[in-house]
Amino acid sequence: MDPMMPPPVRRIAVDRDPRVAPPRPSANGVATGAVALPLKTARAPAAVVRERMSLDAVWLAYGENWVVRDVSLPVRQGEVLGMIGASGSGKTTLLRALNRLTEITEGAARAGRIALDGQDIHELEVNDLRRRVTMVFQQPNPFPMSIFDNVAYALTEHPERGSRRRRRSGAMRDAVASALQRAGLWDEVANDVDRSALRLSGGQQQRLCIARALAANPEVMLLDEPCSALDPISTAAIEELIVELRESIAIVIVTHNLQQAFRVADHVAFMHLGELVEYGPSEEVFNHPRQQRTRDYVSGAFG
Amino acid sequence: MATAPLAPPTPVARSARERSGAWPLADRIAYWACWATGIGLALLTLAIVVFMLVKGLSFLHPALLFESPSADIKQSATGGFLDPILGTLLVTAIGIAIAAPLGVAIAVWLVEYGRPAALARAVESSVEIVGGAPSIVLAIFGLGIFAQGFLAFLSQRAANGSVYGRSFFAAGIVMALLALPLIVGSTREALQALSPRLREGSFALGKTRATTIRHVLLPSVRPGIATGAVLGMGRIIGDTAIIKILLGGLRVETVGGVPVLGLLRGTGSTLTTYVYEFSPAGEGNAPQKAYFAAFVLLLMVLALNGVVTWLTLRQPGGELPRKRWMDLWRLSAWTR
Repeated sequence: MDPMMPPPVRRIAVDRDPRVAPPRPSANGVATGAVALPLKTARAPAAVVRERMSLDAVWLAYGENWVVRDVSLPVRQGEVLGMIGASGSGKTTLLRALNRLTEITEGAARAGRIALDGQDIHELEVNDLRRRVTMVFQQPNPFPMSIFDNVAYALTEHPERGSRRRRRSGAMRDAVASALQRAGLWDEVANDVDRSALRLSGGQQQRLCIARALAANPEVMLLDEPCSALDPISTAAIEELIVELRESIAIVIVTHNLQQAFRVADHVAFMHLGELVEYGPSEEVFNHPRQQRTRDYVSGAFG
Repeated sequence: MATAPLAPPTPVARSARERSGAWPLADRIAYWACWATGIGLALLTLAIVVFMLVKGLSFLHPALLFESPSADIKQSATGGFLDPILGTLLVTAIGIAIAAPLGVAIAVWLVEYGRPAALARAVESSVEIVGGAPSIVLAIFGLGIFAQGFLAFLSQRAANGSVYGRSFFAAGIVMALLALPLIVGSTREALQALSPRLREGSFALGKTRATTIRHVLLPSVRPGIATGAVLGMGRIIGDTAIIKILLGGLRVETVGGVPVLGLLRGTGSTLTTYVYEFSPAGEGNAPQKAYFAAFVLLLMVLALNGVVTWLTLRQPGGELPRKRWMDLWRLSAWTR
């Protein structure tokens, strides 16, 4: 057959494919206003909830453009803070400001105070801060090395000083294994940690990135839409992991997926056009929003 | 309802306009011209290889590979070209040993730092200018430099005290200039092609820029560096002007008693100058030896070409660099 030929076209509207179910009219004929969020499975609150980071009247800009305006929030250990909002609402920028990753973008400016355990993060040494406040990105970004080395890289403070022998020492192996265990990846990769990390599936890669972030032994973990590139099964694994981790680490997660925010977050912050519209326990924000804009967003009217 | 099997569609016949016969005349001429030049070039390459193969093999004397040349009136006494082969290898090794670290350093600075921007632009254009300069210009410049008194330790002093300025050192260092732009170029491209997520990922773990470069970025661009280095080697192996001006001998002659230093300060020749000297244009006038030497030279360049192809085919990060012998195994599987 001629390779230039387009594939055969089925006139979808006219020729009904028997394999495709016909469209079903909705029960009452009109779209319902509120999303039917699944009931949150009862989950024991964390034993200790304590504030680790605080944002106080934070403004952030790229050049002349203020993308975050006057946001004040607490970040607590023992609970997950979910940040929701439409694209361009400034939530990712705010997240990146928490470990000063905004600074690698040229022209980034900031006003207001962000504190980690009461200390202004701009007074901390930046690499020290980023070890304490690590970040997992939207796209899994494993380094082109073995699974073991990916985790070991985060573990060693000065990798250039450790000899290969030291890096392969028993203590190091245990630390890598425990990070992989905490990220729920150990069972899948225990036998070939020397394999290239790029050979893992997307979900495994993202869990490896989480393991890597955990290996740095952080106090706060920032997740920027960690599941948007993943399938539902990998997503479920990661959500479960997030809920487990909140006991020992303060977690902030940015997500476009409202269901996910509802499932994992204890508190939710809704941002719109750079402003914090509403902040509160997730049950309240989703079921009894106080602001009209929040109600519109969580019910799918925009965004 | 039962699923009706999908019948394969009947291909739609292409319209007459779509066929090349219906093209406008100018398009048809251009099409055939492109076709003809492409085929012509391939035939020319084939002709060169076959010609060198026939000529080279017809004068094949393996002994030539292991004999030192000597200047003699009699053809039979002029020896083989062991020294030029060693010279080629030595000059290439010196050139790459200098150019590779410098080139990688320049590329890393350009991509990862590059401030102030004006300086970065200046560095970029100077690399380009060096890359575009005729090698004979670099050679004559090098001779001017290496004949300076304070650089006598790189070559030798003549009896009257003037500095000779020609040595493996001199030729190798100028050859490094020749290879440098290629290494800078391919390393820079590889670095620019890396996803910014890789850098962010490392910064987010509290790693410094230096650590990130050393442990994440450089390992990722290793194939790019290797490709540049191999291209640079090809450039060095093929250059005649620099050797003619800055190495200027025939046999490998050492200077002084120190083993390695004496060799590097000494003079010699490479296959390119050997071919020139023994061709009818040169002084040796033993064309059959020139042909065989040219054949060996061509083989070396072809081998390097194969290495470049292999390196560029290889995806970075596909497998771990630790098991490099595995790659050799895979190459053999790939050629089979």
